[in-house]
This record gives sequence, C-alpha cells and structure tokens, in this order.
Amino acid sequence: MAIALFCAIVLLTLLITYWAAKRTKSTSEFYTAGGGLKGWQNGTAIAGDYMSAASFLGIAGSIALSGFDGFFYSIGFLVAYLVVLYLVAEPLRNLGKYTVADMIAARFADKKVRGVAALNTITISIFYMIAQLVGAGALIKLLFGLDYTTSVLIVGTLMTIYVVFGGMHATSWVQIIKAILLMAGTFVISIIVFAKFDFSLTAMFEHMKTATPLAEAYLNPGNKYKVPIETISLNLALVLGTAGLPHILIRFFTVKDAPTARSSVVYATWIIGIFYVMTVFLGFGAAAFVGHENITAVDAAGNMAAPLLAKALGGDFLFAFVAAVAFATILAVVTGLVLAGASAFAHDFYTHIIRRGNASEKEQLRMARWAAIGVSVLSILLALFAQNMNVAFLVSLAFAVAASANLPVILFTIFWKRFNTAGAVTGMLVGLFSTIFLVAVSPNVWNPEAGKAILVGEPLINLTNPGIISIPLGFLAAWLGTYLSSKRDEAKYLEIMVKANTGA
Amino acid sequence: MEKSVAADYAAVSQSEKFRQLIASKKRFIIPMTIFFFVFYFALPIMTSYSKVLNTPAIGPISWAWVFAFAQFIMTWALCIIYSKKSAHFDRIVSEIKKEMGA
Repeated sequence: MAIALFCAIVLLTLLITYWAAKRTKSTSEFYTAGGGLKGWQNGTAIAGDYMSAASFLGIAGSIALSGFDGFFYSIGFLVAYLVVLYLVAEPLRNLGKYTVADMIAARFADKKVRGVAALNTITISIFYMIAQLVGAGALIKLLFGLDYTTSVLIVGTLMTIYVVFGGMHATSWVQIIKAILLMAGTFVISIIVFAKFDFSLTAMFEHMKTATPLAEAYLNPGNKYKVPIETISLNLALVLGTAGLPHILIRFFTVKDAPTARSSVVYATWIIGIFYVMTVFLGFGAAAFVGHENITAVDAAGNMAAPLLAKALGGDFLFAFVAAVAFATILAVVTGLVLAGASAFAHDFYTHIIRRGNASEKEQLRMARWAAIGVSVLSILLALFAQNMNVAFLVSLAFAVAASANLPVILFTIFWKRFNTAGAVTGMLVGLFSTIFLVAVSPNVWNPEAGKAILVGEPLINLTNPGIISIPLGFLAAWLGTYLSSKRDEAKYLEIMVKANTGA
Repeated sequence: MEKSVAADYAAVSQSEKFRQLIASKKRFIIPMTIFFFVFYFALPIMTSYSKVLNTPAIGPISWAWVFAFAQFIMTWALCIIYSKKSAHFDRIVSEIKKEMGA
C-alpha cells in the first residue's frame, strides 16, 4: 500500500516535470517560471518549500516527547514570516531578478559582493540539503524498508530530474502538490485526535497531564531547553533566519510584482500557521495514543511519532498515506534547495562573474542545468558520507547562517543610506564564518563521550545555538566595515530607494 | 544617458509624493516591527527566566499555551493589517509611477 502511493507520487511529479520541461525554454522560465505565478500559487509553493520533514516529523516528535518545548519551533517558524512580509519581500521583488545576490548587486556593482552573496546561498543550501537528505535516507528506510543508500539515491535522482528538466515550473508544482497533501494528511489526523477528546481542548490538555512519563511537567516549558540563553538563541535564529533563506527568497521572483509578492506571503502565512497549530494535535496524539515508549523504541529522536500515530488511528491505509506525504515533503524541499544552489552558481558565478554578463541565453541555460546536476551530486555524496553522523543540527545551522550572513546585508541594502561595498562584503563573510566556527567548536560537533557527536573531545564553547553571538556579529561587521571604508554613494541609494518602494 | 536616469531617480526621491510615501511607511512599519519582536521574544524570555506562565488560564491550559497560541493570532492579525495598509501605499505608488512615466 505504502509503495503504491509512493509510486503514484513519483509518477505524478514526473508527469508535471514532463509538462514543465516543454515550457522551460529560457533562463527566465528556468529560474522563475517566467514570473507568471499567481499569489495563491506562489503562497502555497512557499509553504511547500518551507515545511520540511524536520517540521512535519521532527516537531510532532518533539512535542510528543517533550511537550511545550517542541512547540517553540512551530512558533518561531511562523512569526518569521512577519519579518519577511514587513521588511524583505516587496523590496526584494522590486530589486532582484533571479537570485538573492541580484538584489544586493543592484546596489553594489562590485563583483566581490555578488560572489560572496552567491557563496552564502550555496553554503546555506548545501548544509540544509545534507540535513534533509540524511533525514530522508533514515526515514525512507523506516517507512518503506529500503536501505539508506538506495533511499538517498532515489530522492537525489528525483530532485535532479525535476530541476534539470522542469526548472522553476516543476519545482513550484511539486511544492504546491506537497503542500496540499501535507495539509490534508495532518488535517485528517488532527481531526481524529480531536474527536477522541470530544472536540474539547480542555479535555485534551487534562488528559495530557497524565499521559506521559513527564506527568504534569509535560505541559510546562523547560523539558527540552533548560538553559535560558540557548532557548533565546534558538528563537533568535528561527525568527530571523527565514528572511535570509535563499530557497524561500527566490520564490518571490516567480510573481509579477510587489503586491503579488505580498499576497503570496499572506497565503503562505495562513497555510503555515494552520499547519503549525496542527503540530500540537499530532504531538499530543502521538504521546497519548502511541505512547512515549513505543515512539522512542522505533526512533530515539521521536521522528516516527506522526507515522506511528497515523497507524494507531487509521491502520495501514493512513500509515501509508502519511508515509507518502512525508516522502513528498522531503522531495519538495530538496528540489527548492537544488534550484537555489544551482541558480547562485550558474547565474551569479558563471554568467556574471566568469562571463561578465556576456553569455548567450543558450549557454546560460545549459550552465544552469549542469549546475543543478553538480549541486545534486555534491549533496548526494556528502549525504552518503554523513550517514552515521547526527546532522540534525545542520538545519538550525542553515537558519543561523541565513540570519547572520544574509539578513543584515539584505536589510542594510534596503534601509541604510551610508551602507557600502566594504560593509556588505565584511558583513556577509563575518556572518558566514563566525557561524560556522561557532558550530565547529560547539557541543554539536564535540562530545567527550564517543558516538554522541561527530568528534570526541571537549567543546570549546558550550553553546549549541550560535545565533545569539553570530547574528549580532553579522550586523556589527556590516556596520563596522561600512565605517572603515570612506566610500559612499548616496545617489545610488536614492535610486535603490525609489526602485525598492515603487518597482519602477 | 546614465546620468539623466540617475538624476531622474534623485528627482523622484525628492518629490513631495515619494517623501510622503516613505514617511508614512516608516510610521507604520517601524512601530509594528518593534511590536512583533517584543511580543515574540516575551514568550521565551518569560518561560526561561520565570514560572509565571505555568499558572492555569483556562482549566488545565496554562498561560504559556495561551501566549503561544496568541503568537499565531498576532501573526495573522498583523498580516491582515499589513495587507489593508498596503492598499493605501499602492495608491501613492501608482500616482508616483504615473508622474514618472509622464
């Protein structure tokens, strides 16, 4: 049953790709689907691009095992869209063309700026993709009984096909379909769970006080995050990271103007918000009807809580459906990441830096497709290599890099008159390398006990979430770099301000 | 040619309408942004450094959960407010563009 639904999804997405391939004849079609998506389409695709298996399975598991603390992710992932809506989406749409680097380069013509911005995009996309692919391998193994290497290769091959042949058209529709499937699946489970408590929130909460080994403490914060500074650091990266994630930001180039970009964020926020409210039902349901012991017996981190809940509530059919939804969820996210990485490489590095903007349309399109293959192959190899490593922290690392290296420069480009090339370059480099350094010496990588982390030894810094240090550092470096250089170009800023606010 | 385009942008940026647009956008966006950041960070700060939110609000549901769900209501409300407010900005923008096109 699960295999049949799995094949149905593969077939459907390949049909879409076939249709998309016939329309993908130019770079604009490849990178942005010709900019012709409607607000609701792009909004749904943003939701599909964003709600990863980590949110669907990870948050449900986290809430099931540690109660309130698991919900922090849900809140941060949603409120982040206010940063996107109020500060970033419309200026980004008005200034950029295909990539995040386009938008920053609209103000600073220096090739260094574009190069570093592209480097950030590629780094964030690859980190995020390794986490997704390693998770996918482990998951498909549990869901369908395939071995790790086969699982990674299946997902890796599919994402490459979608992007290489179907570009942004295929990516968008894979994401739209995934979002609809995911919402349908979580809605059905949530309703069944809620019905078990006679549709009474108080009855559900009352039951949860005795349903888990944590007893009454289950409903209180502090079961998972016991160090205040870690909680705040995590929340900081969650709320500021989204507005710097390249695979989300490039989605705004698929619509025709700023008002449509705005309406896509609003659609996305409704869908994502409703989804994250339902994670409470998934988590509570799993804790109540599957049970703590049964969840951790299958997977210690709790990632199987939602599929196990589906099985407990609806038997094999619902389990098969949820497994297929999880598979579609993984596909949609990694596809978006391949496209983001490939466009940074082909459009920024190749077309603008190596060819100085003189590549023909045909050469650009060919390079974009090769770049997609390159990004995919690299990520697949890294994911195969990382099989036995605990790489879940790479998701929060990607958010932290996005918040520390991209967001400060994006905001200063739009809003700060004095900002200059030196500030942009130092901001991006310091944000990127300080985050990577902080994680490289953190307990994510080092643990005195063998097998608990990637390397054995004492961590240099006892902070798993680097955001609280690296995000201020990113802003500070962009600011300091600006003042250490005497360069200023206010006429250019006036132009950027007019373009960002009017789209003229 | 380049020079005259740059001069055009400078002229638009100094125009009465454009300055009015920027001023009213600032008046709206800055306070709203401060508000949602404060509202958002109040939750982890309060749950990390105190236990006040662990007291019951509605039967077995504590204030921590009420505040957590309030974050969702806040986000949706601010989306609706932004959309409404933007209709006003869009009108000014189209007037500015009309003048630029002329």
